Amino acid sequence: MRIENIARLGWLALLLLLAGNAWAQANLEVNTPAVAALQSSMQKRHAALASFYGNGAVGLTRDGFVALRDANAVPLAQRQQVNGLVAAENQDRSALYREIARANSKPEWENDIRTTFAQRWIDKAQGGWYYQNNAGAWTRK
Amino acid sequence: MRSLTVNAALAAVLLQGCVTINIYFPAAAAEKAADKIIDEVWQLKKPGEPAAPSSNAPQSR
Repeated sequence: MRIENIARLGWLALLLLLAGNAWAQANLEVNTPAVAALQSSMQKRHAALASFYGNGAVGLTRDGFVALRDANAVPLAQRQQVNGLVAAENQDRSALYREIARANSKPEWENDIRTTFAQRWIDKAQGGWYYQNNAGAWTRK
Repeated sequence: MRSLTVNAALAAVLLQGCVTINIYFPAAAAEKAADKIIDEVWQLKKPGEPAAPSSNAPQSR
């Protein structure tokens, strides 16, 4: 009798697991305060970063971050500022990928999420911006 | 005693199956989420227009 109950409980747990899994595949949870904060921080920074994407100083890496691509495109007086922007942006991006994985209770998805974003950042980049192709070479879009 | 071991092994295999199913990465959902966030960060959607056309009519019915 007791074993039967355990078996029943097991089935219930399995069903719940499958149902939860099906839901998780339909949507990825991104509506958390931490994601919203990172999003708004990156949005504000974008105004400053956009011109550096435009002149090729900063490019989109294939692993979902940004990098200083051509320091010569930046006037000496602004180099410090660009480095700061790139570092801050990458910190936010890294936190964003981690937070989305955490919000979905799947910390092990962080890398997959980062890879997905890497592709989408590049797909949505404006013409003229630079990105790293699959081989890691800088390419002008 | 032996049947208990067999049962335990069977349970382990079944559980493993569950875990494998459960860690499957939802690539399409992740892309959707990424698009939503990137559109916000890069302001790719004009402020006046709704994020998705699905909000204005039940076209599919």
